[in-house]
Amino acid sequence: MKSGSNLERILESGQFAVTAEAGPPKGSSPKVVQRKGELLKLCCDALNVTDNQTAIVRMSSLSGCVLLKEMGVEPVLQMVVRDRNRLALQGDILGAAALGIRNVLCLSGDHQKFGNHPTAKGVYDIDSIQFIQMVKTMRDEHKFLNGEEISGDVPFFIGAAANPFADPFEFRVIRLAKKVSAGADFIQTQGIFDMPKFIEWMKMVRDRGLDEKTHILAGLIPIKSVGMARYMRNNVSGLSVPKEIVDRMADAKEPKEEGVKICLETIEQLKEVDGIHGIHIMAVAWEDIVSRIIEEAGLMPRPVV
Amino acid sequence: MIVLEQKKFQEIEKMTTGYNRLLVLGCETCAAMSFAGGQRQVAELASAIRVARKTTGEQGEVLEEAIARQCEPEFVDLIKDEVSGCDAVLSLACGAGVQMLAERFQDKVVLPGCNTTFLGVTEELGVWSERCAGCGNCILDKTAGLCPIARCSKQLLNGPCGGSMNGKCEISKDVDCVWQLIIDRLTRLNRLEMLEEIFPVKDWSPAGHGGPRKMVREDLKS
Ligand code: SF4
Ligand code: SF4
Repeated sequence: MKSGSNLERILESGQFAVTAEAGPPKGSSPKVVQRKGELLKLCCDALNVTDNQTAIVRMSSLSGCVLLKEMGVEPVLQMVVRDRNRLALQGDILGAAALGIRNVLCLSGDHQKFGNHPTAKGVYDIDSIQFIQMVKTMRDEHKFLNGEEISGDVPFFIGAAANPFADPFEFRVIRLAKKVSAGADFIQTQGIFDMPKFIEWMKMVRDRGLDEKTHILAGLIPIKSVGMARYMRNNVSGLSVPKEIVDRMADAKEPKEEGVKICLETIEQLKEVDGIHGIHIMAVAWEDIVSRIIEEAGLMPRPVV
Repeated sequence: MIVLEQKKFQEIEKMTTGYNRLLVLGCETCAAMSFAGGQRQVAELASAIRVARKTTGEQGEVLEEAIARQCEPEFVDLIKDEVSGCDAVLSLACGAGVQMLAERFQDKVVLPGCNTTFLGVTEELGVWSERCAGCGNCILDKTAGLCPIARCSKQLLNGPCGGSMNGKCEISKDVDCVWQLIIDRLTRLNRLEMLEEIFPVKDWSPAGHGGPRKMVREDLKS
């Protein structure tokens, strides 16, 4: 075992994993994270705590992780290279290890221009692939980026993101291969709406044997309204929402129910795709729906390993 | 070239207020090529200041001059006498030129009339874009001659990120994703496999993060 985390144990035992997102608040109250933890703890194997998501300042991901951990929920620490240089990243990795955090997701982060401090200076000292490699070296060789020795263990299960829907499509699998060779133990993908494209990407992934070298968790974003579907289709770079999905949401009498239905259908289709080892649900501002989706998808109860 | 843009007139007017004898000083190299601080822009700006001064009733003469390069002492020293006769110099050169003036004319007020924007190219008349960030250790041999440090919004060395769509960067539909361009070019050159290797972490110290930069060539020093 690399980290001994629950997520690692489930995936390594060959079981289908379920993770979800628990974003921290734009404020200092611990209750928001605790509430999400309560809602999701029985239906998920680990919860991702986002890191100044969409470049909007929020409670730090590390503190969110600690709040979850205190209530017995396993966190996945998301970290973006937008806000920290190599010193800060390594310092936080050590701190997270000391606090018992065992999963980390290494990301570039959305550009600061999108967020609520668009005039900020972005850091981008190292990129997400170099970050994965750095954490792997810290874990496996007990070495900092500069080669100096680290005292103590740095047991992390290392995650990365993959977006099959961004361009150029043919390069996406090469980029995944780079993340895997950098040390990504698991992958959480962008939210999937365009199933044919995802299936095509997965075929390329399998052709390279990458599904055997890393655990791929397929991303899902439950849609709450037609407005949200339209917004994602038109304004979110890196998301591919087909017109049929928008139309289905527009025609639905009960849009929320339709959103759940779409999500469940996607999960059913994903179960048929070889090489998928789990799902990751990103229900931004709709965490209440997650347990129902997981229940109705037949993924309850969660395994204990 | 260094690409410059002239500051807004209100800002220039405000910073030059109170300096009766004002010298507007152009630079005939990059500033002229940027249509921001060559002889013509000096003349236009000087007359605009004169007109503005007439309406506000401010006294004093606005002088005009342009030299070949404000970043070299030989050229700067040529206008010593003119400078000594005025209260302030409004430089239309890049930031380097402004500072060269400040160094050569220790007791003179020197004001920047331009914003120095980037190292770039003229795409067509009236359109300039960034190409180089002066990182001090050029990697263009590894990126098909296209610079991800200056042109990727996240300075990714192992791009493209998940926001690249239809050839455009996630920050704007008006910005090309340089990683898409790099991949296209390497595909044409049949060298795409170059990108399968992980590009190592960059040493940013020659890029300015190691403190202010200086270069000394002993062979050229007299
Ligand atoms: S790699 Fe460095 S020196 Fe070369 S073009 Fe880019 S910023 Fe300029
Ligand atoms: S979209 Fe392309 S240019 Fe923009 S940040 Fe991502 S990789 Fe860089």
